Amino acid sequence: MKYIIKKVLLVCAFLPSMLLPQAGFANEDIHLESAPIDASNHESLQRGAKTFVNYCLNCHSANYMRYNRLLDIGLSEKQIKDNLLFAGDKIGDPMKVAMNKADAKKWFGVAPPDLSVEVRARGADWVYSYLRSFYRDPDSATGWNNVVYPKVAMPHVLYELQGEQQFDHETHELTLVKPGKLSATEYDTLVGDLTNFLAYMSEPAKQQRNHMGWFVLLFLGVLLVLTYKLKKAYWKDIH
Amino acid sequence: MTNKNVIKQNKSAGANLLENGLNWVDERFPLTSNIKAHLTEYYTPKNFNFWYYFGSLSLLVLVLQILTGIFLTMHYKPDAELAFGSVEYIMRDVPWGWLIRYMHSTGASMFFIVVYMHMFRGIIYGSYRTPRELIWLFGVGIFLCLMGEAFFGYLLPWGQMSYWGAQVIVNLFSAIPFIGPDVSEWLRGDYLVSDATLNRFFAFHVIALPFVLVGLVAAHIIALHEVGSNNPDGIEIKKLKDKETGIPLDGIPFHPYYTVKDIVGVVVFLMVFSTVIFFAPEMGGYFLEANNFVPANPLVTPAHIAPVWYFTPYYSILRAVPPFPGVGFLGIPPSLFPGVAAMGLSVMVFALLPWLDKSPVKSIRYRGTLYKKWLAAFVVSFVVLGYLGTEPSNIWGQFGAYLGNADRATVVARFFTIVYFAFFILMPWYTKKDKTLPVPERVTG
Repeated sequence: MKYIIKKVLLVCAFLPSMLLPQAGFANEDIHLESAPIDASNHESLQRGAKTFVNYCLNCHSANYMRYNRLLDIGLSEKQIKDNLLFAGDKIGDPMKVAMNKADAKKWFGVAPPDLSVEVRARGADWVYSYLRSFYRDPDSATGWNNVVYPKVAMPHVLYELQGEQQFDHETHELTLVKPGKLSATEYDTLVGDLTNFLAYMSEPAKQQRNHMGWFVLLFLGVLLVLTYKLKKAYWKDIH
Repeated sequence: MTNKNVIKQNKSAGANLLENGLNWVDERFPLTSNIKAHLTEYYTPKNFNFWYYFGSLSLLVLVLQILTGIFLTMHYKPDAELAFGSVEYIMRDVPWGWLIRYMHSTGASMFFIVVYMHMFRGIIYGSYRTPRELIWLFGVGIFLCLMGEAFFGYLLPWGQMSYWGAQVIVNLFSAIPFIGPDVSEWLRGDYLVSDATLNRFFAFHVIALPFVLVGLVAAHIIALHEVGSNNPDGIEIKKLKDKETGIPLDGIPFHPYYTVKDIVGVVVFLMVFSTVIFFAPEMGGYFLEANNFVPANPLVTPAHIAPVWYFTPYYSILRAVPPFPGVGFLGIPPSLFPGVAAMGLSVMVFALLPWLDKSPVKSIRYRGTLYKKWLAAFVVSFVVLGYLGTEPSNIWGQFGAYLGNADRATVVARFFTIVYFAFFILMPWYTKKDKTLPVPERVTG
């Protein structure tokens, strides 16, 4: 009995990290590519931050993310100030956009959502696949459509980098018909870095939390041995 | 003899001071007598097993929730415009805020896990039976309070699931005949979930219910210590006492025996708790739903609204019970009340257990196979209903036209809803009919 209980507890302890899938906006019909997420890869995060500031931050805010948090991913204060800050912003400011919501709604039909926790809402794979799945669609208002998010209001902002894709509605395949500035692999790397950064931004404390977790468990493991011995010592006269 | 003298002489001034201080307090407040009554001379059966950890663990989680809650309250803003942002502020800018928030959000789910285990313990060993009916009733009260706490607290992050979950649940009340619409409007403080709702839910969550909860926990423990603990054999240790000392033969003082034992349980629990907090605080969307990272938007209804896992068995029952079709010629409109009533009953029915169980024995160890089969059926239905409650009802597709194209999952949920209630309704019959085994005089370890 005791052995079984110990086994069950052991399994319970590791169950969460192994068994459960990351649930996002589950839509089983769409195949999502797995995003190359690595929060310890600072270079990738820095490249992602640059892409985010240059391409996304014009319309999408990240109101809960402060610029100086980027110190955590290895950027210096000077680098942030020189390359990433917009005129007038201070380094402790959150990543806001100048466009107000009412105007945005008038222009795009829907206000671009804040991206601070977008990856936690939709999942990194969704974001990664979404950014790779734009295609030309003359019937839509922007001239663009997306396989992962059909009829999305956002045009293909990274179009000059990726080029133009075409979607075959019968085979359900995307083909690059007009190449952009980047090759297909370079574009995937760029989007991968961007997704990596968005994932980092959605929970900046995640690395610290994972790192700390091992020490906490180690401490509790030692405590378990000690408290178990204490219990044994006290209970030796009980039969 | 000489040794003792030495010890007595060596008793320091400090120890004397402590003793005098204790006497001073005892003359004014029953400190020592309370410590004796509840710890050092509270005699507990010596055969507690795995299932008996969950009572003290529930208390631990309650304390953790209150402590982390206090610190969250310092930074959280109960305002529809600011709430979502203030939670992110806690997660990012408040030192250790993420840890406190995850402890609280994980604590909510862990609270239900330990309380469900604790309740299951009560069921399998007949802890609700005479003379412990009141302990059980206080416990059911605690469970209801806890559900209220979880429900009110879930609105506070002001995400999409918070918002629409609250909208759905509060709307349920409007299905109650006559008073329903007024009740739900009174709960919301508005015609739809809004800033006013957030404010009053905050008040309920941090003041009203915690007070009731702590009061009920105190009553639960006082009642327990009055009659004494049950044990896995379901026999009364107070029946056989040492003739000289009056101490139950199978009893050992709670302190130090069960305090040191429970500490081991606490450490194991903290390991599981920490694993979730540090490595999987969302638990794959079961503890923190992905959709709740989208700020509440009254204009966009999520495609799939599901409560958090601990409510899903009852939610499944709500969905499974068909609505009342209405009686046209009498002017009685169709109503969702049957489902709402069934959901309410599915929770309240636990309170009736002490009077439904007619078995001559308390513990599952001495019950026959008939009871065990019913209990197994109940556990299976609870789990299946719980699972189905997390999924949309078309998850398993539809039956063909021969069954009216009904959703398969709905039909399964209906079947298990019947089993769920049958466990309670038929209990007087099957517990009486069950062939029980003879119960021993002394506990069997």
